[in-house]
Amino acid sequence: MTFADKRMRVLALHAGLVLVLFALQFLLPDYDHTNFTSIMVLATYAMGYNILVGYTGLLSLGHAMFFAAGLYGAGMGVYYFALHPVLAFVIGSAAGLILAALIGLIALRTTGVAFMIVTMMFAQAAFLVTLYFNDVTHGDEGLTLTQAARGFELLGWHIDLTNPTLRYNLALSLFTGALVMCLALVRSPIGRVLVAIRENEERTRMLGYDARHYKLLALSLSGLLSGAAGAAYVLFFGYVGSSFAAIQYSIYPLLWVLLGGVGTVVGPVIGTLLMFYLIEISRDHTSSYMIVVGVMLVLLVLWFPKGIAGTVRARWWGWIP
Amino acid sequence: MDLGPHLLLALLEGCVAAFVLAVTALGLSLVFGVMRIVNVAHGEFFMLGAVIAWWITSLVPDAPFWGFMLALVGAPLAVGAIAVAADALVLRRLNYQPEATIVATIGLLYILQQLVLSIYGPDARPVVAPIQFRIVFPWFGYSGYKLVAVGAASLLLLAAWYGVTRTKFGLIMRATQFDRETAQAFGVPVKRVYAAVFALGAMLAAVAGVLVVPLQQAHYLMGLDPLLLSFIVVIIGGLDSLKGTLIAAFVIGISDGIISVFFSPTLAKIIATLAVALVLVFMPNGLFGGKAR
Repeated sequence: MTFADKRMRVLALHAGLVLVLFALQFLLPDYDHTNFTSIMVLATYAMGYNILVGYTGLLSLGHAMFFAAGLYGAGMGVYYFALHPVLAFVIGSAAGLILAALIGLIALRTTGVAFMIVTMMFAQAAFLVTLYFNDVTHGDEGLTLTQAARGFELLGWHIDLTNPTLRYNLALSLFTGALVMCLALVRSPIGRVLVAIRENEERTRMLGYDARHYKLLALSLSGLLSGAAGAAYVLFFGYVGSSFAAIQYSIYPLLWVLLGGVGTVVGPVIGTLLMFYLIEISRDHTSSYMIVVGVMLVLLVLWFPKGIAGTVRARWWGWIP
Repeated sequence: MDLGPHLLLALLEGCVAAFVLAVTALGLSLVFGVMRIVNVAHGEFFMLGAVIAWWITSLVPDAPFWGFMLALVGAPLAVGAIAVAADALVLRRLNYQPEATIVATIGLLYILQQLVLSIYGPDARPVVAPIQFRIVFPWFGYSGYKLVAVGAASLLLLAAWYGVTRTKFGLIMRATQFDRETAQAFGVPVKRVYAAVFALGAMLAAVAGVLVVPLQQAHYLMGLDPLLLSFIVVIIGGLDSLKGTLIAAFVIGISDGIISVFFSPTLAKIIATLAVALVLVFMPNGLFGGKAR
């Protein structure tokens, strides 16, 4: 396979994915239409997580704090200061980026298991902070944004974020933007260095790359996408509460990425889609639906560590980025 | 009440919390020390101990004392069996690879917790204390059972210390911890030692759960707090040091008791979790741990 050939295939696969998602909005019933809107936003979160775990080899157990930074950054901006939703989205994304960079300055001194525990502890502290400042965040009860606060004028058009069609396509745009960003990143020299760090950090450092600098970049970009996903989530669905900052929301992206395929660009969205429906279906049958999460985690690490896209890459399509 | 009695009450409460925490954290510390794995499901073993204790005592409603004694033996045995199964079915197959093991034990956490939710239900259920007497101070009465729990916990800690430092099994365990390959070469059945240590760690958590259940009711989510506190204790005390674990358990248990009486418990937890993260980053051997080997 020539280089140009490979590029065409990569382009076709990812453009095809976006086209399918675009076409689905005309076919899906109302209920699944809304589900797909949240799946695309959550897949953006998963892609952000994957930059760190899949391409840099750093397993975080605390990404909920970046997701929640986006949720609260945008949500409180709109709730308390009646910010323009676009500005709120920018602030939420920036909150994810800045928090990730700050946490990275401290946490990236560790690797492996210590990094997992340190990120988990920071995220736990962040979760407790959302409970402690109950007066502002309303804790578990959370903040609900009104329909009026989630609308704005743009070039004479009235944009209403509660409109399902608009919301779907904005989520698709966010998802596409994240997809393009990940593709560009992993195919760029920076992405190659990140993979080199994942494979052998010592050797990468010996070749003259400042590994900590690159890891900080990866964590910051990861935080940016997580924050953007959080900000979009609160603007589209109008609610933010402490539960989004809880450990569960750090485990979800791990599970989505593991199922879809660690270190693949299309993996996160596949994993998010399947897990979302798996949890929805089991929620209809039992109140202890989180058992699905536990069983899947154990099965995946035991027998399917490459995930779906990773297995496809290993067996058939070696060219998947 | 004046400040003095208030402080005495806080100290007593802290003491009870500290001893129970020491037993729980010792289990986590043993498993980490010998097997080099972080068991995120440790808190669920604590919860299982409490829930199974409720179930056993509810079978013997007429004799709360004997019911409780039965629970004190039966619950840890049952939890130990579950731990051995988890080791054989999951952890051993992963070859105890540290990162994969964490993910697997997170899975185990949800499996155990949700199984208890579906079988036992979402209610918190009380267990009657095996002994009913109150110690009367001039300012307030204090539940005698709490002091019995402290006594039982300290006996357990003594037994654990004796087991690790003075018995053949303790020696084998320390040899495995020091150098797995050499121990294997000298005929130590490393796999069986790992299974035993994992079960022992789980059983310590379960005993702590049984001791606590007359004080705070059995509930399927009760494992989360002890998990977090044990993490804090093991990390601050030094990942390799049992002595550090014990010292840290007392410092944290007692200060947690005191802080929670006077300030907001949430604030105390925020400070503790941040402190742990910083200790792990800047002093990876803990405050009391020795130098890294």
